[in-house]
Amino acid sequence: MINVQNLTKTFGNLTVLNDVSLEIGAGKIVAVLGPNGSGKTTLIKCLMGMVRPDKGGMYLKGEQINDQSSYRTYIDYLPQISRHPENLTPRELVRMLGDIRQQPAREEVFVDLFELEPYLDKRLKNLSGGTRQKVSIMLSLMFHNDLLIMDEPTNGLDPTAIIRLKDYLLEKRRENKSIIFTTHIIPLVEEMAEEIIFLLEGNIYFQGSVDELKKQQSEPNLERAIAHALTTKKASI
Amino acid sequence: MNKILKYSFIDLIRSNWVISYTAFYFVATFGLLVANGDISKAIISLLHVITILIPLISTVFGVIYFYNSRDYIEMLLAQPIRRSTIFLGQFLGLVLSLCFSFVVGILIPFLVYGVSVSGYLLHFLYVLVAGILMTIIFSALAYLIALLNDNRLRGFGLAILTWLLFAILYDGIFVLAMIKFEEYPLDKVSLIASLFNPIDLSRIFIMLKFDTAALFGYTGALFHQFFGSNLGVVLAGFALLVWCFVPVLIILAKSNQKDF
Repeated sequence: MINVQNLTKTFGNLTVLNDVSLEIGAGKIVAVLGPNGSGKTTLIKCLMGMVRPDKGGMYLKGEQINDQSSYRTYIDYLPQISRHPENLTPRELVRMLGDIRQQPAREEVFVDLFELEPYLDKRLKNLSGGTRQKVSIMLSLMFHNDLLIMDEPTNGLDPTAIIRLKDYLLEKRRENKSIIFTTHIIPLVEEMAEEIIFLLEGNIYFQGSVDELKKQQSEPNLERAIAHALTTKKASI
Repeated sequence: MNKILKYSFIDLIRSNWVISYTAFYFVATFGLLVANGDISKAIISLLHVITILIPLISTVFGVIYFYNSRDYIEMLLAQPIRRSTIFLGQFLGLVLSLCFSFVVGILIPFLVYGVSVSGYLLHFLYVLVAGILMTIIFSALAYLIALLNDNRLRGFGLAILTWLLFAILYDGIFVLAMIKFEEYPLDKVSLIASLFNPIDLSRIFIMLKFDTAALFGYTGALFHQFFGSNLGVVLAGFALLVWCFVPVLIILAKSNQKDF
């Protein structure tokens, strides 16, 4: 579904993505992992066209997406930090995004999931951080596309909301949708991800299943496997 | 673009900043009308508001608005629309809300004082147009500076410095240069120099319409001498329009290359 070839991005002297090539198949839940500054968010932002890569090609369903905008119609994207105009209400934002995308929004799924009904007509500046994150998830996923890209989706959510979001995503997985997310929460990865892309210093250190990573690092659990991978990498430098 | 403009405008028009800005104009204009007791004098007094205060408020507001809406811009960038549509829509939403404040804030008091039957309606309209142009120019400069500087403190400092340059320093440097080179004919140089300061241009634009020689200032007098009142107004107006378009075009070009 997504194909990335030789993607490179530098910010000044810092190479954030270094000749990254990868392929992500359709109908999978893929976790993009890596320590802070490893290039996870930059990779996702390149895919969404927010960061312009220095070189490399990106393809969605075989079509090149570099410098394009219309392909985003087929992606539901949740950014790491999402802030919307403070003086608008969630209901107005639903209408605005529906207007912009010219796609029918089905926000009621998330209104029920996160119990957002009482907040729909309140200005965003009057909502708590957690409620804002729920509103952001609603605004990002309400178009029910086949590809979901989420940058740290559980940020700021309470445990109940996290469980509901996980259940929702697993249900989408059963509907054969593709889900790509970044996170630092390892249990979430173990529970949900079928495939891991492990980035280290702008390179793909590992791509495969959770079990394969554990096996490669000879560790019984994912947390230790990741810690071992990081230590080995540091030692090799 | 219209959709982004519409929602940016609705967001801004509800903000306490814009409401206070409108209230300020409303009170200040009534104050000027009451204190002067004369519409033409009140219009002249408004000149200072237009040449100093509008650029300052547009600058501050432009910078703050861009930095505050950075995460919102990221959300818009994830939508299937072109970058130029996003940035133009957002910028026009900002300009429209500031112009709305300014126009509503000064129009109501002047209408109450009977500007429409006073014989100064055209002069008043010139003041309105100059204020709108100043709003566009300084919001655009501030938005551009914020776009080019990720460091908020630096962006804010540069924007205020730009306002300071055009509002105060430019004239000071200009006068010093004229004293230094007083033996040379400086008329044409002065004329050209005034084209590079939008605040000077707006002052000339209004003063030429009033045809009040004492208020022209040096560059205004030169404009009057070289082009006469009517051509001078047209030229100053055209130069102000160029000042509106150039920063906006740079905003569109730079936003297209920027990483978010």
